Amino acid sequence: MMTTDASTIGIAHIEEAAHPDTVAMQTFGFWLYLMSDLILFATLFATYAVLGHNYAGGPTGKELFDLPYVLGETLLLLFSSVTCGLVMLAVHNETQKRVLIGLVVTFLLGLGFVSMEILEFRSLIAQGYGPDRSAFLSSYFTLVGTHGAHVTFGLIWMAVMIGQVAVKGLTYPVQSRLMRLSMFWHFLDIVWIGIFSVVYLMGVM
Amino acid sequence: MFGKLSLSAIPFHEPITMTAVAGSVVLGLVILALITYYRKWTYLYKEWLTSLDHKKIGIMYIILALVMLLRGFSDALLMRGQQALAAGGSLGYLAPDHFNQIFSAHGSIMIIFMAMPFLVGLMNIVVPQQIGARDVAFPFLNSLSLWLTAAGALLVMVSLGVGEFSKVGWSGYAPLSGIEYSPDVGVDYWIWAFQIAGIGSTLSGINFLVTIMTMRAPGMTAMRLPLFVWTTFFTMVLVVWAFPVLTAALALLTLDRYLGMHFFTNTLGGNQMLYVNLFWTWGHPEVYIVILPAFGIFSEVVATFSGKRLFGYASMVWATAVITILSFSVWMHHFFTMGASPNVNLFFGIATMLIAIPTGVKTFNWLFTMYRGRIRFTTPMYWTLGFIVSFAIGGASGVMLSIPSADFVLHNSLFLIGHFHSVLIPGALFGFFAGYYYWFPKAIGFRLKENWGRRAFWCWLVGFYLAFVPLYVLGFMGMPRRLAHYADLTWHPYLLVAALGAAVIMLGIVCQGIQLLVSIKERRALEDRTGDPWDGRTLEWMTASPAPVYNFPKIPVINEIDAFMDMKEKGIAYERPDRYSDIEMPKNAPHGLILGGLAFLFGFAVVWHIWWLAIVAAMGILFTVIARSMDDNIHYVIPAADVERIENERYRQMAAVAK
Repeated sequence: MMTTDASTIGIAHIEEAAHPDTVAMQTFGFWLYLMSDLILFATLFATYAVLGHNYAGGPTGKELFDLPYVLGETLLLLFSSVTCGLVMLAVHNETQKRVLIGLVVTFLLGLGFVSMEILEFRSLIAQGYGPDRSAFLSSYFTLVGTHGAHVTFGLIWMAVMIGQVAVKGLTYPVQSRLMRLSMFWHFLDIVWIGIFSVVYLMGVM
Repeated sequence: MFGKLSLSAIPFHEPITMTAVAGSVVLGLVILALITYYRKWTYLYKEWLTSLDHKKIGIMYIILALVMLLRGFSDALLMRGQQALAAGGSLGYLAPDHFNQIFSAHGSIMIIFMAMPFLVGLMNIVVPQQIGARDVAFPFLNSLSLWLTAAGALLVMVSLGVGEFSKVGWSGYAPLSGIEYSPDVGVDYWIWAFQIAGIGSTLSGINFLVTIMTMRAPGMTAMRLPLFVWTTFFTMVLVVWAFPVLTAALALLTLDRYLGMHFFTNTLGGNQMLYVNLFWTWGHPEVYIVILPAFGIFSEVVATFSGKRLFGYASMVWATAVITILSFSVWMHHFFTMGASPNVNLFFGIATMLIAIPTGVKTFNWLFTMYRGRIRFTTPMYWTLGFIVSFAIGGASGVMLSIPSADFVLHNSLFLIGHFHSVLIPGALFGFFAGYYYWFPKAIGFRLKENWGRRAFWCWLVGFYLAFVPLYVLGFMGMPRRLAHYADLTWHPYLLVAALGAAVIMLGIVCQGIQLLVSIKERRALEDRTGDPWDGRTLEWMTASPAPVYNFPKIPVINEIDAFMDMKEKGIAYERPDRYSDIEMPKNAPHGLILGGLAFLFGFAVVWHIWWLAIVAAMGILFTVIARSMDDNIHYVIPAADVERIENERYRQMAAVAK
């Protein structure tokens, strides 16, 4: 048929079609992973929405949350996203030294965030308000902790990438991995904005 | 040192279980001995276990599915036997606790470890070839998915001999599945088996979506995709959407059980119905995850063996899309009796009925494809016809159940069991069997004997009706599901018929076993040397049977739906290119196998609270992933000369057939 033949003219002669762009495919695949991870978080948010007021005689969010402290945490994470963005600019310009410095700074900011979160959890548990105290605290620890676990994995990944950039340089596969790491990092930022608003801000209101 | 694990975990006092364990162990040892005797370990390791070739991964998936089908079916036989005996004064041969484990294992295995590997296996073999690609988007991830699924299956199998399996049903409703009411390891086995396999499924979902979106041959536009590719696409959309919810629900249950949290407990603010909602938010889409691929298979089979293009192709694609969307808006029909308001129940009832519309569209399309077609009654076609008739019954009983007021009466009765088996056995399993017979020559290189295939089909079909029609009647008579023993003797005759049905299905499975053996023995006579044994319409029949590792020496250009038929009609199907070029393919990698093994170890360790082993396994997983990420040299090149040699051989064989 003429019409269908016409629609394939052009692409028929492109040899490259047999070799799809791996970096684009990896990035797209990682997007899909992030979306599925987002559904995981959505489920935890929904759980928090259902159980968030089941205090079972225990403390409420208003009594427990220290907003200035959490704001500090938030700022560390948000600034780490800025430095992560600068890392990607440096990758684009292929300046290896700046990439390394940027990654180390991002790593430290992320480490600060995770440490503050661990300290917050520890003080809650020490006061007897651990995740086994009430359904509210179970869903609070799980939602916030799942995000924290993601950031921790992000840190491990970042440490590996610092090693890879130092040893291998900014090769094509290394750049592709850095691209996905930065997507992961910004994604965690967005999830944190949700946690900060839904859990902490709404919690103390 | 060994956590909760001690020798008392092995059920020595249960003769039935110990026989099954001994049988499995002996069979396993015989297989290992045979591999050693024939010195096939290197071959097995290099050519199969570490292979990243999507076709081999697909075959391994299907072997796993068939093994688990035997296990799941043994459970079914035990249950049917028990219910045929345990009426009135007789207690049968299974203790209630054991019976509960068996129905929990049956459901878990059939859905997660039979249906899922079967469909992912068929997709692996077929989808890349149907879209004119050389592999899936992420071959290593594919191998990882396989071994994670296998690790989950192994956990279920191990629970048979070490400890016990869950006693709370395949859906694991809380708070029964909580630590208070199920303090033993059964639920933990169930959780970790599902969790590990579920992560494998999510990765498969991502893999196939990227494959279908980015790796189609030039000219293979959306509305030229074979229907199996379309149903794979929508299935994988469902997988990526739905499985994270299961992961989360199971994780929350895990936290309840391991860390004393209160998501689904009776006390301190837990909410049991939250678990049920989360489980079915995954569970209902899961039904379509197993059934949509089968719809795709039926569509391919009907078109090929009617010698016609599929009737209503576009409506078929849209019907699949509508089912995909609707499948997320009906989860509450699994628990109308929760006590939501009538309006809520009404919404979910109507949404459920709506699904009958696109499904009906599909049924009519299959019928109209056959209408005035030149039908060839091969075994895949038998399964398809059996499906269309039987599925209509299952679908109709589903519409009955979707009426909330009727559901209040039929809820948790054997009517429900009759319904979902009438949907899943003809709808999903018959479809997988049709696919198994249809693509067997493509995957292995020879056809399966038709006569034994027909015998198997008739046994399955007759057995299916004998086994499940009585359940509808029993449901109306008020018999609940999951009874290890019952006092009402008026139920007994129907359960005897159902047991007979299970026995007839067993004959069908025996026929399939014989068919496989006879076909292997007569493989020379059944050999497919053309690569196109059925006069196929889609691209997978263009390659040799079995296809070379690179599938297509030159990526074909697509001008039509049913691209291969179009090429055959134009006489360009077997045109040789002027010259061959080098082909880059992924190297084999052991990491998927290692990660699967470590995931199994991790699962086993956390089930038994062996924390040091869990930490070692988790560290192992982390370092294996990092080691894999360090390797940038993951491809090898097949030189053009080798491609030419392989292709020359293929054309020589085809010429020999033509003579």
